[in-house]
Amino acid sequence: MTQLTDLGVAAIRSGVASGEFSALEVAEAFNARVAAAQDALNAFIVTTPEAAIAAAKATDAKRAAGQPLGKMAGVPIGMKDLFATKGVQTTAASHILEGFKPEYESTVSQKLWDAGAGMLGKLNLDQFAMGSSNETSYFGTVNSPWRRNDGSNTAMAPGGSSGGSSAAVAARLAPAATGTDTGGSIRQPAAFTGISGIKPTYGRCSRWGVVAFASSLDQAGPMARDVRDCAIMLEAMAGFDPKDATSLDLAVPEWEANLSGDMKGKKVGIPREYRVDGLDADVAASWDRGIEWLKDAGAEIVEISLPHTKYALPAYYIIAPAEASSNLARYDGVRYGLRDLPEGANLQEMYAATRAAGFGAEVKRRILIGTYVLSAGFYDAYYTQAQKVRTLISHDFKNAFTQCDVILAPTTPTAAFGLGEMVADPLAMYLNDVFAVPASLAGLPAMSVPAGLNREGLPLGLQIVGKPFDEQGVLNAGLAIEARAGFTAKPEQWW
Amino acid sequence: MSNYRIQGATGEWEVVIGLEVHAQVTSNSKLFSGAATAFGAEPNSQVSLIDAAMPGMLPVPNRECIRQAVRTGMAINAQINKWSRFDRKNYFYADLPQGYQISQLYHPLVGEGSLEVVLDSKDPEGSTKTIGIERIHVEQDAGKLMHDQHPTMSYVDLNRSGVALMEIVSRPDMRSPAEAGAYLAKLRQIVRYVGSCDGNMDQGSMRADVNVSVRRPGDEFGTRTETKNVNSVRFVMAVVESEARRQVALIEDGGTVVQETRLYDPDKNETRSMRSKEDAHDYRYFPDPDLLPLELDDAFLEECRASLPELPDAKRHRYETALGLSAYNAQTLTADVETAREFEALLASVAKASGKGEADVAKRVANWSLSEQPGVLSAAGASSDHPKNTVEANTAIVVATESGLISGSKAKEIFETYLTSEIDLDAEIAANKQSTDTGAIEAAVDAVLAANADKVAEYQGGKEALFGFFVGQTMKAMQGKGNPQLVNQVLKAKLG
Repeated sequence: MTQLTDLGVAAIRSGVASGEFSALEVAEAFNARVAAAQDALNAFIVTTPEAAIAAAKATDAKRAAGQPLGKMAGVPIGMKDLFATKGVQTTAASHILEGFKPEYESTVSQKLWDAGAGMLGKLNLDQFAMGSSNETSYFGTVNSPWRRNDGSNTAMAPGGSSGGSSAAVAARLAPAATGTDTGGSIRQPAAFTGISGIKPTYGRCSRWGVVAFASSLDQAGPMARDVRDCAIMLEAMAGFDPKDATSLDLAVPEWEANLSGDMKGKKVGIPREYRVDGLDADVAASWDRGIEWLKDAGAEIVEISLPHTKYALPAYYIIAPAEASSNLARYDGVRYGLRDLPEGANLQEMYAATRAAGFGAEVKRRILIGTYVLSAGFYDAYYTQAQKVRTLISHDFKNAFTQCDVILAPTTPTAAFGLGEMVADPLAMYLNDVFAVPASLAGLPAMSVPAGLNREGLPLGLQIVGKPFDEQGVLNAGLAIEARAGFTAKPEQWW
Repeated sequence: MSNYRIQGATGEWEVVIGLEVHAQVTSNSKLFSGAATAFGAEPNSQVSLIDAAMPGMLPVPNRECIRQAVRTGMAINAQINKWSRFDRKNYFYADLPQGYQISQLYHPLVGEGSLEVVLDSKDPEGSTKTIGIERIHVEQDAGKLMHDQHPTMSYVDLNRSGVALMEIVSRPDMRSPAEAGAYLAKLRQIVRYVGSCDGNMDQGSMRADVNVSVRRPGDEFGTRTETKNVNSVRFVMAVVESEARRQVALIEDGGTVVQETRLYDPDKNETRSMRSKEDAHDYRYFPDPDLLPLELDDAFLEECRASLPELPDAKRHRYETALGLSAYNAQTLTADVETAREFEALLASVAKASGKGEADVAKRVANWSLSEQPGVLSAAGASSDHPKNTVEANTAIVVATESGLISGSKAKEIFETYLTSEIDLDAEIAANKQSTDTGAIEAAVDAVLAANADKVAEYQGGKEALFGFFVGQTMKAMQGKGNPQLVNQVLKAKLG
């Protein structure tokens, strides 16, 4: 018999609604599974079983009273620990915020609770969402539930920064989780763990109450096991928020109701610049299969050019750290979070001691880079230039979308790597996001869906990038791939 | 043109001054948060999550603050930029929770404008000068450190954190303390008229950074210093003077002026160094990614323009031409928006009550407002906001004098009594109705002349200044109720 924890969002929601099982049973099953995996996977920074139970009871009571149920009714989820949750420690996986309990709830998490979801806990991530392997967390690395098929038992990276989210969803600790994506932080971990995840158009999901990394790029989105679940959850998360000046003042479309894997009349662009020299053979093959699947779904395939692609990563690694260096200035030990006040220290010394002790190495690296590129004498050469590149990247996509409706590409240049394998080489680590970053710079909706396993038995993801506001087109193409990929693989439970 | 010069040991020096004025925008809430902005509240009682820079908090521009800055720009005939942008100015300080101030460096809301200043406020028809204004941008204020609350710790009050400021940056167009003072006073007058800033310099709602340099007349600009947070017109003038003298002495002693930030000590009337350019922060300005560019549409600009009040120069001109007031009275009545507002309220009320046009009663109302009423208030030990000092009461008094019902001196006497005791104003005016009974006046005059035969002889001997004495004696005898014109006529006739 199927365990409750094998069910996704749609299945849980309908099972609860029909009375097949109660929300409480679901919450208890997931709470137990979370607790059992915590030592091995370290997916959560804190678990909140009581919150999941309370939300489940509320849903069950609503159902018993015959009241209408929300889009996420009865579905317990994991909340990336970048979202402020009222009264529950919110750390961004940093020592500097250890113990910080906000007096407020982020807009996105509040919307999810309002839709009937419950919280299993706060998910681990790369510190301040800076990283691609979840190895920069102050609260320890997350282990991917996946292993290579070579019997080596090498601990694998779950991707990052939403590594707790990807590991939890892949390991069936949660049917879905929130993620945030600044330069691939939803899509890359989704690809690494064989799940789906969508970063919507910049501005779809409110950033209010989400610890900022790079404001012009940060965007929340759902991570779940299939496209439909992503559509359901994104509907619950999205919407105009007057508290976020960059929020899109647009109605939330009915993405779930309009899901269709029929690609007839649609054109799918294949960017030639993404077919880089030395592209992993399994990744290349997976991309080719994706092309065939979409053809099979009725799409016309067109080759497109995104000529400035090679400048995207360097531009990203100027813009994102620049914004981060400023966004993270508020963690100064004055008002909340860590304060390191050496004996006799003055204000400057308190800042230095607090920030030295509170931030991890990768965060410091990016603050240094960001401070440097904004400095007098370097600003034009770096920041201004990077903004120009960003504009060119946007134009690339705009031009491409005159010839196609969506773009298909690999999500990552390789499958997951082993923990520790990339730590010594930050540039190699940054290259992980080479296919993800352009869509982030252009603010476009982009999703990763599982496309199969590589020769090592590790998942590979395919990425679909859409026009601004066209999450529907992205989800539909994702659905077409999902229907043909027949991805049923799941990690062996070794924990 | 100012001929102000500093006389140095080696000759004359010209002073060059530019002002950066920070004016707190009058608004109920802060520039990017909903927190209140009232002055003098309990520390940290007006602080939102945004002002305290809690994780994940985001700024949302307050439309009213933008509106007020735009209206201010329009009042100085400045270019309004329909597209502007906010930048972050990054630095660490305990009163700056975000670690950056949201300001506008690259694309300010308001561009070039100018102000015309009268160099001597007592001589409104004297020489004027146009001072260029480079820009007005809006930005957040910082909080306040309190060093006097604890022996070893400093406390932070974030009430002011995030309050909207307009920074109004002049061109280096001023050449004397008087010009700098006149410019700041004019700016204060305009923002108070517009209602964009209360101009309360003693509460810090308006403060100036004073840039001063000296040069030989006609030479290139010298190196300037910036004296921060000067909070009165008088202090600005004092800073210019003392800083210019310091620089001249320094240069003449063979030294050089260093570009630096200085502070003014009003007790010693001197400026002293705060930090030099070498310790200057690198503020790493960049566009605030939490905010979209500010784009203003025509309807918004039209509303801003339509809501502008009559501005001081236009008002002064109208008082002179349409109301027939003297240049001096027009200047005095328009100097402060409250004075003008009170004058216009009384003027309208008096005109209505007396059934005359405003121009017909303006002089009378102006005289009452500027000299008679202040004298009465002062004598009564009352301030202008005395509860009985109403438009109605003033109207009754002014109308009674305007119509000749009571004399001017009686009016003051009655008004003072009214303010200080319980009397019925209308009844008192009626009771003191001045006499136009020629017989009574003649009788009184006769009595006065008879009692002062010696003075009459002196007068008739050529000491005409004694005429006023006879008027006074007659009025006194009639308890102030004699119609002054009639008294004059009768006296003139009887004295021959």
